[in-house]
Amino acid sequence: MAANETTFTSVSAELTPEDFRKIGVDEKQAEIIQRESISAWKDAWQRLSKNKLAMASLVVLLLIVLAAIFGPMFAHFDSSTNDLLNTNQPPSKEHWFGTDDLGRDMFVRTWMGTRISLIVGLAAALIDLLIGVIYGGIMGYFGGRVDAIMNKFSEVLYSIPYMLVTILLLVVFEPSIGTIILALTITGWINMSWIVRGEIMQLKNREFVLASRSMGAGSGRLLFRHLLPNAVGPIIVTLTLSVPNAIFSEAFLSFLGLGVQAPRASLGSMINDALTGWMYYPWRMLFPAIIISLTMLAFNIFGDGLRDALDPKLK
Amino acid sequence: MVRYVANKFFYMLVSLFILISATFFLMKAIPGDPFMSEKKVPPEIQARLMEQYGLDKPVYVQYFKYLGDIATGDFGISMKHQNQEVTDIILQTFSASLKLGLIAIVISVIIGILLGMLAALYHRKLIDNVAMILAVLGIAVPSFVLASLIQFIFGEKLGWFHVMGFDGPLDYVLPVAALSAQPIAFIARLTRSSMLEVLHADYIKTAKAKGLNWMAIMFRHVIRNGILPVVTYIGPMTANIITGSVVIEQIFGIGGIGKVFVECITNRDYTMIMGVTIFYGVLLMLARFITDIVYVLVDPRIKLTGGKEG
Repeated sequence: MAANETTFTSVSAELTPEDFRKIGVDEKQAEIIQRESISAWKDAWQRLSKNKLAMASLVVLLLIVLAAIFGPMFAHFDSSTNDLLNTNQPPSKEHWFGTDDLGRDMFVRTWMGTRISLIVGLAAALIDLLIGVIYGGIMGYFGGRVDAIMNKFSEVLYSIPYMLVTILLLVVFEPSIGTIILALTITGWINMSWIVRGEIMQLKNREFVLASRSMGAGSGRLLFRHLLPNAVGPIIVTLTLSVPNAIFSEAFLSFLGLGVQAPRASLGSMINDALTGWMYYPWRMLFPAIIISLTMLAFNIFGDGLRDALDPKLK
Repeated sequence: MVRYVANKFFYMLVSLFILISATFFLMKAIPGDPFMSEKKVPPEIQARLMEQYGLDKPVYVQYFKYLGDIATGDFGISMKHQNQEVTDIILQTFSASLKLGLIAIVISVIIGILLGMLAALYHRKLIDNVAMILAVLGIAVPSFVLASLIQFIFGEKLGWFHVMGFDGPLDYVLPVAALSAQPIAFIARLTRSSMLEVLHADYIKTAKAKGLNWMAIMFRHVIRNGILPVVTYIGPMTANIITGSVVIEQIFGIGGIGKVFVECITNRDYTMIMGVTIFYGVLLMLARFITDIVYVLVDPRIKLTGGKEG
């Protein structure tokens, strides 16, 4: 500013009225949008697709999911047929990942196990999402006393160590895929509800909400059409990061014998089964261990990338 | 401050009470009684057993007796290891787990903070990238996979350490490494991001502008503020180490409380399960309680209104 003023005064002495003419701004020009407008989602996708690590993990995840769906079809073995003449065989042309202590084909079992681990992880994450969004949405939207009571309740529930509750539940109710998912979600939704609550609390005082409300929008419409869609970024990130948590928890439960029960197998229960003789039959441990590590790694990196892409303010 | 602590303490007690009650009623919900699976016992002996364990009284009487017993630290008698008190078993096996866990915590905090600081100071340089790759690996690779792997490489193949057992100080190396990998990764990431934030804060610029030397800035401002978030991780870390130790003790054959926990679950030793669950619960809740208090002590900016927002 200061620089401009000095040049102006020094030049001003020589100015004549001819130096001034109307350029005439066509105000309609300002309305023309030069570039194609980019929606928030496209923008996020552009940022995400530039993140090589995140894209690589997305590819890895897709490959793992595809293998879990179609892998077992390529082998001519059944996941639970015993072959006691061929126990603990190393990987071969016949059995690509070797066989386990009952002669079951490890290739088929590994992908069946991946399938179950993924199902448990995804289902638990989705149930957390459902409960968390509803509970958190109500807390954040209504605020005040409703929020205080519901928040206190979730805090008390949260401070009970969730692994212990999960274990207790599975000791009482026999572990099956259903009860495992249920036990994992019994306190798993709290984190999601807090994220949603925080987002809604920030959003509900914004102008667009006021505008919508003044046009007569009801609570339900405000919450589901305006508030939640705007909070979807953090929700998706939390969802992505909670899948590997659930997969890990199920694997941990397998160690206690509370995971998926035989003849079904999850990656965790396969690793647990392999523990006893794994110095001699390392392949029994190796393949499930690699797949579970890759899955968790990919989910974590992809989740981080997603967070960077959806919320560029954060580092 | 006193009100804040009292408030937190009160909620800890409420949670503990819920956990204890939940344990009791869940165990009661299991069909049958503990002496069913044994061979057919005459009804008189059955009744005598039930009476000895107080199982013949109505549920609410049992419940209050149970509450009273727990208050005095009496968790009853193990159902599988007859004649052994649950409390005794817990106390006997806890020392090994405690040693292992404490060492893992100390190592995690030291290495994690160092790694995070280095990464922040050399932001976007080689050290940063290496540290963050290690951190992501540490978070993603489950501890039991890591444990089996290092047991195989350093124990079996290279023969540097014992594969199993827990006698000399060297035997701590592998279990501690497996146990602290994940906490190290978390702490490194926490420290890095908060240090980066602090390094760009205005008061650091002010300090530089005042001509304060680098060491003084680092120690008085950057590190002190940078490691604050690590304090919030004390609670989750304890949980992490406890769940980790359950598996690690199993893999390395360490006779700690984690191994007892696995055993009693597979044996369906209900009194034992209740005892260890409540013991773990107390431990975890205490850790969280301490976290809450320490956090307020080190960060005076937190308002004492009975709880953090959001």
